[in-house]
This record gives sequence, structure tokens and C-alpha cells, in this order.
Amino acid sequence: MTAACPACAGAMPDIAPPPDAAADIVLHLPDIHCAACIASVETALSGLPGVREARVNLSRRQVRVAGAGLAPSTLIDRLAAAGHRAQELDTGLLAGQGAEMRGLLMRTGVAGFAMMNVMLLSVAVWSGAADETERLFHLISAAIALPAVAFSARPFFASALGALRGGRLNMDVPISLAILLAALVSLIGALQGADRASWFDAALALTFFLLIGRTLDHAGRSAARSAAAELAALAVPQAVLLQGDTRRVVRAETLKPGDTIALVAGDRLPADGIVTEGQSDIDRSALTGESAPFAVAPGGEVAAGEINLSGPLTVRVVRAGRDTALSRLADLVAVAETQRTRFASLADRAARAYAPLVHLLGAAAFAGWWAATGDVWRAVDVAIAVLVITCPCALGLAVPAVSVVATGRLFRRGLLVKSRTAMERLAQVDSVAFDKTGTLTTGQARLTGTPPDAALALAAALARRSAHPYSRAIVAAAGARGLVLPALDAVAERPGLGIEARRDGRTVRLGRPAWLGAAGEGVALDAGGDAPTLFAFSEDIRPDAAEAVAALKAQGLSVALLSGDGAAACARVAAALCIDEVQSAMTPEGKADWIRAQGAQGRRVLMAGDGLNDAGALSLAHASVAPASALDAARSAADVVILSGRLAQIPELLSVSRHGVGRMRQNILLSVAYNLVAVPVALAGLATPFLAALAMSLSSVTVSLNSLRSLK
Amino acid sequence: MNVLVVLIPVSLILGGLGLLGFVWTMRASQYDDAEGDRNRILDPRWDDRPRKR
Repeated sequence: MTAACPACAGAMPDIAPPPDAAADIVLHLPDIHCAACIASVETALSGLPGVREARVNLSRRQVRVAGAGLAPSTLIDRLAAAGHRAQELDTGLLAGQGAEMRGLLMRTGVAGFAMMNVMLLSVAVWSGAADETERLFHLISAAIALPAVAFSARPFFASALGALRGGRLNMDVPISLAILLAALVSLIGALQGADRASWFDAALALTFFLLIGRTLDHAGRSAARSAAAELAALAVPQAVLLQGDTRRVVRAETLKPGDTIALVAGDRLPADGIVTEGQSDIDRSALTGESAPFAVAPGGEVAAGEINLSGPLTVRVVRAGRDTALSRLADLVAVAETQRTRFASLADRAARAYAPLVHLLGAAAFAGWWAATGDVWRAVDVAIAVLVITCPCALGLAVPAVSVVATGRLFRRGLLVKSRTAMERLAQVDSVAFDKTGTLTTGQARLTGTPPDAALALAAALARRSAHPYSRAIVAAAGARGLVLPALDAVAERPGLGIEARRDGRTVRLGRPAWLGAAGEGVALDAGGDAPTLFAFSEDIRPDAAEAVAALKAQGLSVALLSGDGAAACARVAAALCIDEVQSAMTPEGKADWIRAQGAQGRRVLMAGDGLNDAGALSLAHASVAPASALDAARSAADVVILSGRLAQIPELLSVSRHGVGRMRQNILLSVAYNLVAVPVALAGLATPFLAALAMSLSSVTVSLNSLRSLK
Repeated sequence: MNVLVVLIPVSLILGGLGLLGFVWTMRASQYDDAEGDRNRILDPRWDDRPRKR
């Protein structure tokens, strides 16, 4: 019966999705955290007409709503009334997330139950069952163990086969060899009825413990990865396509050169193109790092990823989809990704040293015992004992167990560790490079100087109507002073220039200095009387940036600033934060080259950035972090996403990584120490299946407990 | 040794039942939201009568 179950479990697909999955709506709820939140969300949604079931998943901060004829916007409004923020998620992008985890859990469960049953039979043999009884027990064990191994150990076999095809050895090769040899030789023994040891329980225990390691490894990153996938699913790029007089919303990737698209203020450009109508300001900071907006008029070129700030624009698409400047940046990232996969993790390096040694030892044991005794089966038995005992159960747990504990701890602090080897790379970092716009600064402008109250109040009254970053800075400054804004009539936005209105019969204007006949940077205000008042702006540095830089320097790391912005803006930020090395006016390629040059000098750089212009550098750097406010490309290139956006968490991230890697080393040493004791015993032919099972369990438990000790 | 004829099937059936139970919990998505399940026990909504399906 037990034997039949793994087979039917194998035949079942990994949990079919509910039949009406297409109709389900998944919402992201960033703020829920407790039982009361679950109850309030579910009660709020269940009350709506058409909702059949609303089920919150607290681990993923999601609610899945099933029902007929539902619109996401009504659900979101209902939740807002109940006090919860919610955003719609693209279910297509989220599909298939849980499947791998479920598959691993299922294999682990099957291996565990099979192991328990076989162990039970083995205990009888070890305590003295003999003759027919022993043979019967061996045959029953075979009937349970073989299908269970065939189902549960498949991930190891697949990975070992892949490695052998590529002409490499990895840890899964000796594992698969040990499992297969142990199972096959024991089967032959059971069929012949020979009076030899049976290794079925060892094969299953090996599979079980190693699967636990693998499941832990997967679970540790799945929460972080699903959160990262959600961030991507939040922003589905869309475009408004103009066809004659009709407007249609289409997905950005379906645009073709020659299409005409319409953009309103606040839209991100979905493709590269040329402005055909309208005037506006464009925020290029994501692509170039420049903090000051850029004016465009008909004939001006705009690129995908830029943000339209002030006026409506009509744009003729020149390049779309894969051909845009944005995608070329993505290619830069893809190239760098392939370079990074060459990084050998601690577990890989341990495996590379270990796998040949295990094979040599096994072969030597076989040859030695065959030569000495002339008994082939005895020699095979000893060789299996060596393979099983050296087989790295504890080594398989050594790294994932620590990384689960450490990434889980970082996840609770709002740090998503996406890459498997990120912790080890972070632990080696010896210098940190920051992007300026959006990373060290908030990306928002701040008013500098102290303009008179009356001018500021008038400017704020005008600026209230605009989404331009300078306007928002003026409104914020007026709000901070608690000014009462004067009333205006006939307010009109002059796209690309500024805002105009009438006050007490006079025309007042706020906008580009050149428009008002003034010289200089920033924004000018014409109050209808004397010379225009100039407002100057600087970038708002993140409040904890100085603390973060100081803490990194205290850890002995060197800090550099890489920016696409002008030298003056960079120098100002660097001076405020005490950063010595400043590189300004860098192109995206320039940043990537700088990182590459540092790498060639043997430095290990942690890159922190948020823009598309950083994506290449992020993926080339030894390790990388991005704030959650970063663009998709930067977030997906980065190893770690900081959800809170607090830079002060970077020093903490580095120190947790260093401690975690230290713990991994300890674990590897522990499991090697077990082998130093066990291998001579096995080589001497003294290892019984019972001893092997004991050594395997003890070392695995020791390593797991060591991982669970709290990390400093 | 005749007792084995009874005991071995019993032990195998018990093990099989355990495995079936595990498969059932997997298919019922009981491992999908550990954090949520931990909190749901504090949820007072269904204290008086179970939730209608």
C-alpha cells in the first residue's frame, strides 16, 4: 500500500488550480499583519454582492477573491473604506509560484513515511530477526523503498544527470550514486536471499535528510522571491493608442513603430518616439540620473522609461518593445547576469572538493577489500558503507539551514534577499558604490533659500495645480510655513512653460525663468509687478543616508558616489554625506565600466541604485541592493530589495551576512569532523547500516541546531 | 511467528494511512500560509458556529 502511494502521488499533477481561477482577483495588501486585519479584510469583501469567497494569505500579504462579475476597483474602494491599502496583481505573472515548493514538500513527505516504515522493519532485523523472517523483511523493504526512492530522489538524479552531461561533478553525483547503489545492491541481496546487510533505510534516510535541506533552501527564498514578483506584477506597462479618433488601452509590448500614442501628465513612456503635439517637461532621472526635468516640444525625442511631468503629449513611436533604449539596458543586465552565475557558492566549492574525494574513497574501499578478501559482495558492501557515510547529509543542510534562518530574519526587517548566493557575496564586500538620484536622495526636489512669505504663498497657490516636482516642492514649503494661499482666477497650465492665472485683475505667472524674462535655474514667479522672484531647488537627501554612510565607513568599507547628474549636484550631496570618491556625469555604460574596473582591481563592490541607468552596474557588481521605490529593471537586477527604502539597513544587512557565512563555515567544519570519525570506521568494514543511520541523523541534527542558534 | 502475518499488514496500513493524511493536507493547501493560520486561531468570527461553506 505504501508502495502504491508514491506512484499515484507522482501521477497527480502538483495540485491543479481551482477550476475558476481565471475569474479570481488577487489583491496585494501591503499593510496587513494580524488576525484582526484578516477578519476585517475578509468581512469587508464578503459583504460585497457577487463575492463567493475572500481568503487572505497573510504570508504573502494577498487576498484572493472568488466570485462572478467582480471589478477590482470596487474591491479596492471597499477595502479603502475599511482602512486597508490594496493594489491589483497581475495573476498571470504570479502563476505557478507554489508548484515547486509543493512538489518538494510532497517528495519529502513520501521519503519520510517510507523511511519510517523501512526503519521499523530494519529495527527488527538489527535486533535479531533471521532466516525467512529476515528475507521477508528485506523483500517488503524493497517493495516500499524502490518506488519511494524513484519518486523522491528524482531532483537529485536530474541534477546529477545534468552535471554529468555537462562534464562536471556536483554534490548530487555522489548522492545519486550512493542512493542508487545502496538501493540496487540491497535489492539484489534481498532477491538472492543472501545473508548480507540491507541498505534500504540508508538510501531513504539519505533522500529524506537531503530533501529537507533542499526544501529549506527553497522556502527561504520563496517568500522573498514572491514579494519581488509581486512588485513586478504591480506595474504592467500600458499605453493609450490613438487610431484616428479612437483611443484604445493596449499593453506596451504590442506597440509598433509608426503608432501614435497619447500621454497625460504623470505617465511613464512605454516606447521610444518623437513628440508630435504638445509641450511638457520630462523626468529623465530613471534613465540618466539627471535630477532636473527636461523640456520637450514637437520634434523632441523621448525614450521609454522617462516620465511625462506637466502637459499632455502625443508621441509617434519610433522604437518599441525589444528595440527601445530601455531594452538595450536590459540586455546589458542579461549579459552581466550570465557572468555572475559563475560565482561559486560555499556549498559548490565544498562539493567540488568533496565529490571526487568521495568517489576515490569508495573506489579505493571496493578495490582494497576485493583484493584482500576476494569477495566481491563484501567489497561492494564496504564501498556502499563509505559512500553512504561520507554522503553529505549534514553538508547538504549546512548552507541552506543557515540561509533560511538569516534570510528569514532579514525578510522580517523588510529586506528581500532574492539570490541564492547573495549572502555569501554580501559578506565579501569591501566597498560600496551609491547612485545619487533616488538612492541617496529621495528623488524629490526641495526649496532652498528663504523667499518672502507673500511670494511663496502666491507661488504655492499657482503650483497647486501642477504635478511638476518643483511645484510640489513649493507647495510643501508653503505648507511647512503654514501659509494661507491667496485665491486665484482663470488658472491655466502652459505646458512646458509654467502656470498662469489672474489675481485682482493682474496676470500672475509661475514657470521657467526664461519664459518670464529672468535668467537662472529653478522657477521664477511674476507677481504682476516688479522683477520676478527666483526660487532655487536642491535634492532632498534621504534622512538616514548620512547615518548609513558613516556606519559603512565604521565597518571599514570605502564609499563612492556614481551619478549621471552634473558635477555640482554630486559634489553637494557628497559633501553633505562625507563621501570622498565622486564620479559624476556617468552614462549607464560608464557606471558598468567603473564597476568592472574595480572588479579587475580585485575589489568587491556593493552597488546600491534604483534607476534603469544603474541596472547594468547593479548586475555587474559583486552584490547589489535596490530600494523598493526603484524601477523593475533595477529591482530585478539587484540581489536584495530594501522594502522600507531605509539605507541604514545596508550596514545591518552586511553584518548579518557576514555572521551567516561564518555560521555556514562552522557547519561545514562540523560535518567534515563527523566524516573524519566515520570514514575510517567505514573503510575498516565495521560500519553497519545501523551505524550509518545513526551517524547520518546525528550529524544532520547537530548542524540544524547549530544553524538555529541566534545570529548576532 | 504467525503473528507477523497480522502485524506486518497492520504496520504497512498504518504507515500508508499516515502518508495518505499527508497527501490530503498537501492537497488542502495547508502549508501555503503558515503565518496566516497562526493568526487565524485568534480570529473570533467563527467561535459560536462554524463557517458556512
